[in-house]
Amino acid sequence: MEPFTTLTGIAAPLLRANIDTDLIIPKQFLKTLVRSGLGQHLFHEVRYDSEGRERPDFILNQAPYRGASILLAGPNFGCGSSREHAPWALKDFGIRAILAPSFADIFYTNCFSNGLLPVALSMAAIETLATVEGPLTVDLPVQRVRGGDHSFAFDLEPARKAVLLEGLDEIRRTEANLADIAAYETRRRKEAPWVEIRVH
Amino acid sequence: MNPRTLYDKIWDEHLVATRTDGTSLIYIDRHLVHEVTSPQAFEGLREAGRPLRRPNTILSVADHNVPTIDREKGIDDETCRLQVEALEANVKAYGVPYLPLLDDCQGIVHVVGPEQGFTLPGTTIVCGDSHTSTHGAFGALAFGIGTSEVEHVMATQTLPQRKSRNLRVRFEGRLPRGLGAKDLALALIGHIGTAGGTGHVMEFTGPAVRALSMEGRMTLCNMSIEGGARSGLVAPDETTFTYLHGRPLAPKRAMWEAALAHWRTLASDENAAFDTEITLEVGSLAPQVTWGTSPQWVTDIAGRVPDPETAASTDDRQSMLRALEYMDLRPGTPIEAIELQAVFIGSCTNGRIEDLREAAAVARGRKVAQGVRALVVAGSGLVKRQAEAEGLDRIFLEAGFEWRQPGCSMCLGMNDDRLAEGVRCASTSNRNFEGRQGRGSRTHLVSPGMAAAAAVTGHFTDVRRLMEA
Repeated sequence: MEPFTTLTGIAAPLLRANIDTDLIIPKQFLKTLVRSGLGQHLFHEVRYDSEGRERPDFILNQAPYRGASILLAGPNFGCGSSREHAPWALKDFGIRAILAPSFADIFYTNCFSNGLLPVALSMAAIETLATVEGPLTVDLPVQRVRGGDHSFAFDLEPARKAVLLEGLDEIRRTEANLADIAAYETRRRKEAPWVEIRVH
Repeated sequence: MNPRTLYDKIWDEHLVATRTDGTSLIYIDRHLVHEVTSPQAFEGLREAGRPLRRPNTILSVADHNVPTIDREKGIDDETCRLQVEALEANVKAYGVPYLPLLDDCQGIVHVVGPEQGFTLPGTTIVCGDSHTSTHGAFGALAFGIGTSEVEHVMATQTLPQRKSRNLRVRFEGRLPRGLGAKDLALALIGHIGTAGGTGHVMEFTGPAVRALSMEGRMTLCNMSIEGGARSGLVAPDETTFTYLHGRPLAPKRAMWEAALAHWRTLASDENAAFDTEITLEVGSLAPQVTWGTSPQWVTDIAGRVPDPETAASTDDRQSMLRALEYMDLRPGTPIEAIELQAVFIGSCTNGRIEDLREAAAVARGRKVAQGVRALVVAGSGLVKRQAEAEGLDRIFLEAGFEWRQPGCSMCLGMNDDRLAEGVRCASTSNRNFEGRQGRGSRTHLVSPGMAAAAAVTGHFTDVRRLMEA
């Protein structure tokens, strides 16, 4: 996975609360068999009208936000469906960091699986950053977001940070524990044999 | 040992390793797989040349984008067909157990798992679907995951996890007649908000939960995710064991007895500490109806559409204004005055036999109101067969409902079961998000009885009035 270190880019403000994954990428685009190509459908129902034309009032249809790599949003971003198509669509569009007061659990984890950085900041900080003219910088090594004269520190669990900084493959990491897994399976077969299933 | 919660116990029992970075590797006993969130996971395995560690711990079935009518003729929509074909090719290549589309046992993953006895107390269960929380009704730690995690489980049978906080919800009192688990769930979410359970596992306790059937407990746990909690739990009891006994994949004979002895230990210890506690008195609850575009925006049948001017903050007011505009509702409108053009009864929330019985009891001898299109979609082939054996299909058909084949259907409209722009629907599903049931569609979440009452009267009606008649 592509590592994430420091990102400088345009931040698009979409300051609604509870932006759900249905809104981020609606159902009709979940029929794909691949992870790529979803950026054109990101926020489809609010980005295009029913004839498929761009809605000029939607932020990502306006310059300079067409080229945004950072999204500013309200609390509980990514709630609802577990669809990983949501971070796939954000990433394919070019978004690498989402700044919001809070995130839904499944979406939050899905971001790290895809090299996206979800940054939790207060709503006041988000609103301040939304007023900044020009690009923002998300500095992961020092855990700060800077823009204009403003600078905000953010918290991040060290394990999550390492995954992004080093672009770690989670499955490969877990393979280091294969002996533990095998030992657990042997023990579990003995202690809870009813869990074993014979599917017909 | 310190007193532990049910969640603590299941967690401890599945801890494979604690890693130096502070994360825990948790063993996954069961994995449900469907057509929409699995193709990229299989592809990932294939590209990396990794084997699937334990194919027999998986149960797979197509449910999200399958047609609910004339299924025997195949799937017309090419992209849907390709996805189902991809699932069939993948499960064949990796030796994963699969319930074929035309099998009587096919249905929504979260209906099929429990009815096959695949879902057992004390196990860990995952699926690339947020409503995996449903299985917590059995005292299983069950949660939705992304596709990368699906691949991770396929490859390693584990997931790196951080422990969640413990949240206990006590439903005190006895639910009035005509109310059910859906009303409990909506009332709770109205109380705590859609992010109220974020970072927590919710355990549901109290007399009103003990009195629920397994179907009701599944409805309640299913909606945990709408309150922000990845998992909901109900400690197993005699209701659970009676439901499971004799199910095809449940343990048999001596193994059943051994399992039972363990399952009886699966309750939170008396003095176990919860990080958060919520108590709701339910004795005077009335049937719940959502009015907005988030499950937290809910009131009861005697209520009115709220006025955004009364919102607690500017942000809340903006959100409410936007929701009312989308829903085309005016503040102060009585809920009973809201007219519907569509009714959907089904989904992993309310597509089980008890739900269909509840709706049929209201539909019996009545007619779907003029201008209303009403759909009943059984959650599985077995639910459909049982309903037909009880004559429920005839009740629905005679009343003017459509009687469909099992699948997720209009809960999310990935197949052809979608609402047109502007259509207002009383739905027994779980999400009323913008566009969820079709672009521009307007969803109100209710119980099966309330949905049937709306279908036969054409507007929201207190189901208890129709029960008394």
